[in-house]
Amino acid sequence: MMSLRQFAKRLVILVGLLALPMLSNAGELGPVPPKAKAKASAKTECVEPVAEMRKNHMKFLLHKRDETLREGVRTKTHSLVECIDCHVTPKANGEYARIGEDGHFCSSCHKYAAVNVDCFDCHSDLPANAANHLHSLNKKNPHHKDLTANGSLTKETLNALTAGDKK
Amino acid sequence: MSPNQSEKNTDQYRRKFLAQSAAVAGLTIAPGIILNQVAHAKSDSDKVSANNRWGMLIDTNKCAKGCTDCVTACQTENGWGGANSTETHSNKEQQAQWIRKVTITDKQTGHVQSLPLMCQHCETAPCVDVCPTGASMKREDGIVLVDKHICIGCRYCMMACPYKARSFVHEKLEFQKNHAPRGIGTVESCTMCTHRVDKGQNPACVEACSTKNHNAMIFGDLKDANSAISIELKKHGGEQIRADLGLNTGVRYQNL
Repeated sequence: MMSLRQFAKRLVILVGLLALPMLSNAGELGPVPPKAKAKASAKTECVEPVAEMRKNHMKFLLHKRDETLREGVRTKTHSLVECIDCHVTPKANGEYARIGEDGHFCSSCHKYAAVNVDCFDCHSDLPANAANHLHSLNKKNPHHKDLTANGSLTKETLNALTAGDKK
Repeated sequence: MSPNQSEKNTDQYRRKFLAQSAAVAGLTIAPGIILNQVAHAKSDSDKVSANNRWGMLIDTNKCAKGCTDCVTACQTENGWGGANSTETHSNKEQQAQWIRKVTITDKQTGHVQSLPLMCQHCETAPCVDVCPTGASMKREDGIVLVDKHICIGCRYCMMACPYKARSFVHEKLEFQKNHAPRGIGTVESCTMCTHRVDKGQNPACVEACSTKNHNAMIFGDLKDANSAISIELKKHGGEQIRADLGLNTGVRYQNL
């Protein structure tokens, strides 16, 4: 029969072994969405508290879409265009990640959670100034001659090309 | 004075008072702002209301044959057609067309006219009637739209429209304009540039027509007796295309 001391020793080892994968991955648990351009206000990081946004952003968007389309309410608080504007930022090399890629704010989480979104069948996945003219200028994709493979235009080029659009 | 009469007088007095105070408010809120901007400025949080009905008046005599400035402006603004869209796999008949130039010839006299044709924003819109999901809808202010969130792409509305104003998107699109979402499997048409109208601006086609100095198109509120469009309609009239259908269109034509 095992002595109490021996049992305690084994228990500690067992718990340690079980905790190992968690400890080694500490800080990388779950998705890592890219940082937003700015904080919405000093009080809340986003337009609502972050926890609230994580849980309920789809409800805000659903409510807002009907208000905007059907009633012409154009406030910015829960508008998808504003989300994209603030959250979809260029990577270090100036390129924008597209929807479906890990670097895209929405995809970073939605890929992890395996939840498909169809917002971007119709809505643009890029901020207004990044999307303008992008497609006709990059011919990387061999099938779609007129489409970009990964939206890879540098920030400088984009700025130069879209200078006229920023009124 | 009968009680009825006195009630009437009171009503009239109230009406006058309200009209005067509204006029004063208008002046103090916005000194120096051009009248027609005040006329359709609404704050972002306001809902559109049935007090407005947006309409357009097109003078076909001023509309030059071969001129497509309005069409081009619409394409650039809303990201459809030609170089503005990734809709490259659909053939030309399938590709979306929100506004087109139509040439009509009088067979008897040989008189040729050219005019832009788009969604006529009917009061009793056949497209809204036939829609099985409620996606085809009319805003309070008379603008007829497709709610693509609930459009199932059945295209009944396209068949119901007597003006052939609607298109169906057949392929996956990218790089849409942020203010003008459009995508595969949904029907779309002229939105009268709601995103601009809600900000108090004119639709892109009307703006292009006047900046290029053709001035063939007027946009405004049909319910406001003092708007440029109402004054012009009262003075010279305006016809509906297929008026026999009794749709009370928001888009009217002169010299047709």
